[in-house]
Amino acid sequence: MSTDSTDLYAVTVLGHDRPGIIAETTAGLAGLGLNIEDSTMTLLRGHFAMMLLCRGAVDASAIERSLDGLGSGGDLDVAVRPVSDEPTPGAGGTSWVLTVHGGDRPGIVSEVVAQVASAGGNITDLTTRLAGELYLLVAELDLPVDADADAVAAGIRAAAERLGVTATLRPVDTDEL
Amino acid sequence: MSSERVQAWTEAELGVEGRVLDVVRAPAGVLSTRGDDVDPTAPETVQLAADLVATMRVSPGCVGLAANQVGVGLRMFCVDVTEHPKSRTLHGTFVLCNAEIVESSRNEKAREGCMSVPDFTGDVKRASRLTVRGQIPGTGEEVVFATDAFEARALQHEIDHTDGLLFLDRAAGAHAIYPRQTYL
Repeated sequence: MSTDSTDLYAVTVLGHDRPGIIAETTAGLAGLGLNIEDSTMTLLRGHFAMMLLCRGAVDASAIERSLDGLGSGGDLDVAVRPVSDEPTPGAGGTSWVLTVHGGDRPGIVSEVVAQVASAGGNITDLTTRLAGELYLLVAELDLPVDADADAVAAGIRAAAERLGVTATLRPVDTDEL
Repeated sequence: MSSERVQAWTEAELGVEGRVLDVVRAPAGVLSTRGDDVDPTAPETVQLAADLVATMRVSPGCVGLAANQVGVGLRMFCVDVTEHPKSRTLHGTFVLCNAEIVESSRNEKAREGCMSVPDFTGDVKRASRLTVRGQIPGTGEEVVFATDAFEARALQHEIDHTDGLLFLDRAAGAHAIYPRQTYL
């Protein structure tokens, strides 16, 4: 689909989960001729959470009107805002998977990801889960081509040790077929 | 030769009655700590081997159990994947001390669970062809044998336990961990 003379919008839907939220959202967007590009949806502690990017020659208020019904029950927040196209990330650098797990306590995510940020690393995907006492973080991240991965891993392990949790940094293993 | 020896082994060789022990759960520190090497001929090792098998037997769906999972920081585990539909090569029930991977190849991704991480499952890539070395409890004899498919996966999962690693540490990506839907 051409991207000329069309706008890109971010639509977020958050709130109480029930069957049919995605169907209603996408029906509203399709009715305006919008094309859904990247999207993600999950349940966070049972709460519905969806973000999607859609493109089309309409304005934001028309999209909001088409999704009015979703938020009418008062238990779903719907937001629409225009976003600009991001440049495709340049090649280079290395991709890693970081796992952190241990007893739940405040500050695990912030202290560990600070190590990634201080090395110029960029987190590209992140999931955290809490089950009973067990806190779990799994992140995918890119390190700059000149980053010292061993030093980053050591910094992450040291931060984890201070927090009393375990951290493992492994290169992404891609099998090209 | 070693393969036949492992296949012929049963817990009856241990000559002691196994006791059912409590299984510890993450975030228990013993699960994230590499175990100490174990003397395979020590009487307490023989008893622990019998206990691991007894605990595995009474645990629904359990195909392997490492000493750290019963709170003991020693490098020993039991395995029995005989009933599992994804198994190919089978060595029945066996216990290995101080086991290590000699050779591994042909990675495959599959969903794993663990008694010590009861609330999650996860996609983990592991070798489907494997050669391991270890010692049999009681006699202490060294065995080296090759296996494949699900037995290879179970062995790598258990050897990871002896090294203080959980399957969570090998999650294939940020969306490779799942809340468990069915409890066995």
